[in-house]
Amino acid sequence: MEVNFKVQRFDPESTDLVSHYQNYQVEMTESSTVLDGLIKIREEDDGTLSLRCSCRAAICGSCAMRINGEAGLACNTKIVDVIPSDGSPITIEPAGNLPVIKDLIVDFQPFWSKFKAVEPWLQPGEIEPEGEYLAPEEDMIHLAGVVSCILCGACVSDCTVLEVDDNFLGPAALAKAYRFSRDPRDESDDQRLAQLNQPGGVWDCTRCMKCVEVCPKGVDPMDRIMLLREKVMDAGYNNTSGARHANAFAKFLKNSGWLDELRLPVLSFGIFNIKAMIGLIPLGIRSQLAGKRPPIFHHKLSSAKEIKKIFEKVESKK
Amino acid sequence: MKYAFYPGCVARGACPELYSATLEVCEILGIELDEQALEGAACTGAGVLQEKNLLLADTLNARTFALAEKSGLPLMTICSTCQGVMSQANQRLTEDPEYLAKVNETLADEGLEYKGTIDPKHLLWIIAEDLGIDFLESKIVRKLEGFKFAPFYGCYIVRPSKALKLDENPNRKQALEQVIETVGAEVVEFPGSTLCCGFPILTINPKNSQTMVANHTIDAKDRGADAMVTPCPLCHLNLDGYQPNAAALAKRDIDLPIIHLPQLVGLALGIAPEKMRLNKHLVSTKKLLSELAVAP
Repeated sequence: MEVNFKVQRFDPESTDLVSHYQNYQVEMTESSTVLDGLIKIREEDDGTLSLRCSCRAAICGSCAMRINGEAGLACNTKIVDVIPSDGSPITIEPAGNLPVIKDLIVDFQPFWSKFKAVEPWLQPGEIEPEGEYLAPEEDMIHLAGVVSCILCGACVSDCTVLEVDDNFLGPAALAKAYRFSRDPRDESDDQRLAQLNQPGGVWDCTRCMKCVEVCPKGVDPMDRIMLLREKVMDAGYNNTSGARHANAFAKFLKNSGWLDELRLPVLSFGIFNIKAMIGLIPLGIRSQLAGKRPPIFHHKLSSAKEIKKIFEKVESKK
Repeated sequence: MKYAFYPGCVARGACPELYSATLEVCEILGIELDEQALEGAACTGAGVLQEKNLLLADTLNARTFALAEKSGLPLMTICSTCQGVMSQANQRLTEDPEYLAKVNETLADEGLEYKGTIDPKHLLWIIAEDLGIDFLESKIVRKLEGFKFAPFYGCYIVRPSKALKLDENPNRKQALEQVIETVGAEVVEFPGSTLCCGFPILTINPKNSQTMVANHTIDAKDRGADAMVTPCPLCHLNLDGYQPNAAALAKRDIDLPIIHLPQLVGLALGIAPEKMRLNKHLVSTKKLLSELAVAP
């Protein structure tokens, strides 16, 4: 089977400071992976093509890259699954949101700095048990999914927040923070949650689910970030725009069954956040002039009482 | 075809134009909407209530599904966020009988039970799958030839692909492009089509949110788009309402109208723009509409 690849190339030693694409054609079999194809290109066609790989079995996490624009491991992506139906070549690019060193090799330094920033190790309390530190089985089963992370960086590559803001801790580091925060043997939640509540932490995630989609190991980083938000609020950190938004949202639903879009942004920004309140004025005027704004008086849904009862019942179980 | 209609909060709140356009379009396409069937159905939680209490949010969605089951009608939404949140809730509810039983215990207080038979569907999918693109084409009275539209899916109607059953229905990945082509217009491809519009962090990190708006609208505009089309009213709110802020941030004009999916379809069905409140957008649609008026 003849396969066409279009690979993004970049050589820091060349005078050409921008990347370019190069096309390759290789003979592969039905069972070949994208990594098989790239290795074949390097060995038989172009020895200058640089890429990272090691285990070839989706364990080491070395070969994350963008395949047809979406992050994934080259070693567990079969060529037949990614050949575009319109006959165009398979596009291969380095992982996103990390500086490119050469061709498909990216610099993981920013990844590791953020990873280190969440202190990804167990921090038990001062009282040591007589024997081992015991952890209930169900807690460890709950954490099994997030422990499966192989640190490949696919989630970081495609994170839509990192694309616009380097300060965000990012899905991999935050999922790891959840892994330790949720561990029954860890007693550092006071410091951990306070740190994760800061700008660049749990509230900066935009819930786009890109990380959930591209993670090759089912870690579901965004879902872990949402659980961290819940932990942060339960721990009493409610004075951020994110927490105010979630609390106001829940309150509107509990009392009326649906959203009051006129008052929600005001409560989310914080009524005493003068700068944000002034910032809302032009939007308010524009909406008014265009005749496009939510109703001034927010009515309750006909089932508001039943909905409130559900809130009370489920909340009491928490 | 008759559906239990779930308009969602935004179509009844900040985007009344989406609601009006939907009613107009559905009438011509023969989609009968029963809003009474879901009278009193709660907000889906939009992913926000889920941050506070997932079980609670799933219970509210199960209640909506139980009401739809009771009506015997399939459920239609016009909001991608509602679609995504409902599909994810439905996945959790239908994959785990114990979880469903726990949720039903709460619903029983009201005499309701969710049996797990609902498959919520966005109008976009209903047009592409239930009616079929050929049927849409047969209803078109006004081809929008010469116009270029950039499709903006946003997140919730494309991810997570498993809950949204994209593998079983691969057409869903291209449905918006199909509709744009069927109405006779040209699709403008741009990198951000399935990325985040920034709405969820609108109040949390306005700069990041508005940078996302700027990136997507500028990419589409610079590739020649006359307007952007979206099946998500939340994306619309950010891309339309905060476009002036995004333009100020990017220090350039953008001026790209953001229209709802049914408004695009409605234009091709010959519905008057005012009936779909196309004149009530924050980024003016005046230029687009006047060009449409003179275009052959």
